[in-house]
Amino acid sequence: MHEAASVPAWVLLAYLASGVCFILALRGLSSPESSRRGNFTGMVGMAIAVATTLGTHQLATLPEIGAAILIGGGVGLITARKIQMTAMPQLVAAFHSLVGMAAVLVGAAAYLNPEAFGIAARITPIASPSIISIYPVSRIEMGLGVAIGAITFSGSVIAFLKLNGNMSGKPILLPLRHVINFGTLFAILALIAYFTQDQSPWVFFTVMGLSFAIGFLLIIPIGGADMPVVISMLNSYSGWAAAAMGFTLHNSAMIITGALVGSSGAILSYIMCRAMNRSFLSVISGGFGGEVAGTGAASAIDRPYKRGSAEDAAFLMKQAEQVIIVPGYGMAVAQAQHAVREMADLLKNEGVKVKFAIHPVAGRMPGHMNVLLAEANVPYDEVFELEDINSEFAQTDVAYVIGANDVTNPAAKSDKTSPIYGMPVLDVEKARTVLFVKRSMGGVGYAGIDNDLFYRDNTMMLLGDAKKMTEEIVKALG
Amino acid sequence: MDFISILSIFVLACFVGYFVVWSVTPALHTPLMSVTNAISSVIVVGALIASAAAGSATSKWLGLVAVALASVNIFGGFAVTQRMLSMYKKKERRDA
Repeated sequence: MHEAASVPAWVLLAYLASGVCFILALRGLSSPESSRRGNFTGMVGMAIAVATTLGTHQLATLPEIGAAILIGGGVGLITARKIQMTAMPQLVAAFHSLVGMAAVLVGAAAYLNPEAFGIAARITPIASPSIISIYPVSRIEMGLGVAIGAITFSGSVIAFLKLNGNMSGKPILLPLRHVINFGTLFAILALIAYFTQDQSPWVFFTVMGLSFAIGFLLIIPIGGADMPVVISMLNSYSGWAAAAMGFTLHNSAMIITGALVGSSGAILSYIMCRAMNRSFLSVISGGFGGEVAGTGAASAIDRPYKRGSAEDAAFLMKQAEQVIIVPGYGMAVAQAQHAVREMADLLKNEGVKVKFAIHPVAGRMPGHMNVLLAEANVPYDEVFELEDINSEFAQTDVAYVIGANDVTNPAAKSDKTSPIYGMPVLDVEKARTVLFVKRSMGGVGYAGIDNDLFYRDNTMMLLGDAKKMTEEIVKALG
Repeated sequence: MDFISILSIFVLACFVGYFVVWSVTPALHTPLMSVTNAISSVIVVGALIASAAAGSATSKWLGLVAVALASVNIFGGFAVTQRMLSMYKKKERRDA
């Protein structure tokens, strides 16, 4: 690649600086105190990257570029301000899809105008018009970038529709889906290889089309409960797409960022899978969370259970020394986080110690519950992760489970036939009393498994909407 | 830059990413996702090059659309991360 000499050293250094800023931005997230500074560093990095690019190219189209940034930036800022915290998973999925689409568009633009990107040589055969030939390495990079971008886009759109409720969270299982998926993936890779020999448009655009299709096919069979993994995986893909484009453009800021984001998403997927005791492959091959529960569920419906009222719950918690609150996706759906915080505050005024216990896969994305509690002004030093709090349930008087189900199911520890066997769960049943808030006795968790916890002697079921029930408890406490 | 130096940057950055991300506290995993979202929009660099280049009108328009999409992400991603991070507060000092 000969164009390297034409790029001034300061430009390369500026992109490097921008990459370093992004590393520091992620580093800042190691604690909430340093996180805001980290985010600011990230903005600085982005400003450096954009300014450097604008400064080194002709600015003939500056007004159009300005308009595009204004429109996009405006939409982004308004969305960021208005979005409800409970809708965070959808928003993140939507943002992933935009990164994917941007990668596809940049790839297409580079394909149509390779000279502008410095990735092609002009060959002039004798007595014929000159041909612009894209370097073979660049063709592979470009092909991969467009393919990953397209998968990210269509996959994220499906994830968005599922999370936003426009599409059922139930897995959609096509016959022969594994054959179709592998066939399509193989075809994409084969076409990218062929692209190095033949740069005709049909090869490029078929790769693009097939990649859009495979993104769609990969996500439709995955159920709602596995969304934390899907969304992390798409996060990872959006990073790899950016990295592939960075290879095409020889841009270190893009490569560094792509690698950071790619590994971030991969690690989050790993953490989520580990928290469900499932392999990544079993999650992405899909189908979980849709089938009718095999054993237990049907026969269990008429087992006896204890039902309590808001007053009973308030009384029990007031008498307690320590209460641990276990929130789950149901709290997000009912928007109950503010009521929960109010309840916690009243209990604290009564001299009760209140803690929050969060399972890594509670909610629909990594850290979902933490954000909701933070939104409701719960101090983050009262919120604990599974491994930090699990030993405390035995010394706890009341565990208040709100909208969480599978992550508290003791069957994961004892029942080898249970689909969630081996999944690390919160030991809520060890608390003296378990208060379990649930809409009705009929429904079972997303894994479609009955929860033995409901029928234990020390469990009191609080049947009703999570938010209403908590508000009634608040009233009874006040 | 030749392919090998680019590859070196990439491989080393993967390792940096691995260690940096493991040090992120689980409580901040959602902000981590939104901020990685924002920074992966550095792809806007490619979009800007396409929009600024002469030669192909289609390519220019594709670039401009990509600039707009990436801008949604950049501004939206950083802003929503900022909003989330500002909510994480420590316990206020209360009288014992």
